[in-house]
Amino acid sequence: MAGLHQPGDTVLHRLPVGAKVLGLAVLSLAIVVVRDVRSAPAFLLVTLLLAALARVPLRSVWRAARGVLLIAVVAGAFQWWWYGAEKAVETFLDLLSLGLAALSLTATTSVNEMVDALSRWARPLRFVGVDPDRVALTVALTIGALPGTIAIARETRDAARARGLDRFPRAYLSPFVIRVVARAHESGDALHARGIGDD
Amino acid sequence: MPEIHFEAASVRVPLPGRGEREILAPTTLALTEWRIGVIGANGSGKSTLARMVNGLVRASSGRVVVDGLDVAREGAAVRRRVGFCFTDPAAQLVMPTCVEDIELSLRRTVKSADERRERALEVLAANDLADHAHDSVHSLSGGQRQLLALAGVLATSPSVVVADEPTTLLDRANTRRIGDVLLGLEQQLLLVTHDLDLAARCDRVLVVDDGRVVADGRPDESIVHYTDLVDATR
Repeated sequence: MAGLHQPGDTVLHRLPVGAKVLGLAVLSLAIVVVRDVRSAPAFLLVTLLLAALARVPLRSVWRAARGVLLIAVVAGAFQWWWYGAEKAVETFLDLLSLGLAALSLTATTSVNEMVDALSRWARPLRFVGVDPDRVALTVALTIGALPGTIAIARETRDAARARGLDRFPRAYLSPFVIRVVARAHESGDALHARGIGDD
Repeated sequence: MPEIHFEAASVRVPLPGRGEREILAPTTLALTEWRIGVIGANGSGKSTLARMVNGLVRASSGRVVVDGLDVAREGAAVRRRVGFCFTDPAAQLVMPTCVEDIELSLRRTVKSADERRERALEVLAANDLADHAHDSVHSLSGGQRQLLALAGVLATSPSVVVADEPTTLLDRANTRRIGDVLLGLEQQLLLVTHDLDLAARCDRVLVVDDGRVVADGRPDESIVHYTDLVDATR
C-alpha cells in the first residue's frame, strides 16, 4: 500500500512521467554503481529529501522502508558474513535508498499516467504488430496485481495453518498457485467484460 | 428499453474422452422488461445465461442478440452497451486506488487524462465514495468494493447492466444497499441472484434448473416454482 499514488501539486507531481522515470533510473544506477560506504548515507538522505519534496506522508515512507527492511537486513547479514561490516552497512542503506527512490515515483505518478506514458513509448512497436496500449496495460496490471497476490498468499497460508498443514509446503503452494491462476482468469473475464482490449 | 434476444442459444463444453456436456439447453427468450431476475441452484446454468449477454460465454449453437447486435459477431459494440458486475469485486477491481480503477473504465471513451480524472471523481461522488477516491481498493469493506465495482460499470453509461450474484458475499445491510442501487438503475437490469427478496422486486423472473429455463413470468409465480423445486429435491 506504500506505493499508492498520493495526489498533490509538488514539483515532482508536475514533472513529466518520462523525466521522473529517467531520474529514478539514473539515481538507482548511481546507488548501485558507486561502491563506497560513505556515499550510502548520502544517497539515503537524497531519497528522503525526494520523499519530503513529494510530501509523501511519513506513514507511507515508514511502510515502504519496512517493506524493504527485511530484505535489506538479510542481504546485509550475508554481506557481513562474506565481506565484513562496512559492506553490510553499505548494502543495507543502498537497498533502503532504492525502495524510497521508487516510492517517490509511485507516490507522485498515478498508474493511469504511467499507462499513458508507457503506451506512448511503446508506439514504435506498432510496426511489428504489437498494440502499445495493451503492452502498457499489461505492465500496469502486473504491478496492480501484486497486493491481490499477497492477499491470496496470506489467505492460503492461514488455511493451511488452520488445517495443521503449515509444515507441508505442498499444502500451501499448490492451492496458492491454483488460486492465483483462477484469479488471473477472473480478472481477465472482468477486463473483457469492461471492454478493455476490445479497441 | 433495450431488447435482449436468445435465439435457440445453447452452451456445450467438451469433456475429455466423454463427449460433451450441455451447460445450457437451446434457449429462446425475448428480454424486454426493465428489471429481470434469474434464480436457480448453484451450477444450474444461470451465470452461463448471464455471461452470454456480453460474450463472456459464447453460444455453441443459436445466437444472442442485444439491441440488434449479434454478441458473437459484434462483441466490442455489445460490450459498450452491456456492463457486467461480478460476484467477487476483488477480481473486477484491478487498479491500486478507487479513482484509478474508475479511470480505467473510462479509458475507452475519454481520451484526455485530465477529463478522465474529473469524470472519475464525479462518478465516485455520485456513489458516496468520494472520501475513498485515493484509498487502496483493498482497504475498502466488502460493500464498498462492490459499490466501486458497480460504479466502474456505470461510469461508461451502459444501456444494460448484468449483475452475477452481486450480493452473495455481502452482509444483510450491504445486500440491501447494493440491491437498492441495482434495482433503482434506469438501465435494463439482468440480475442473477440467490436472494429471493431481491428477485421479488424484479419485473420478471426466470428460474433456471439443470441448464433449462423451467419457469418464466411474474416474480411471485416464479419464486413459488423455484421454492417448490427446492423442496422437491430435498
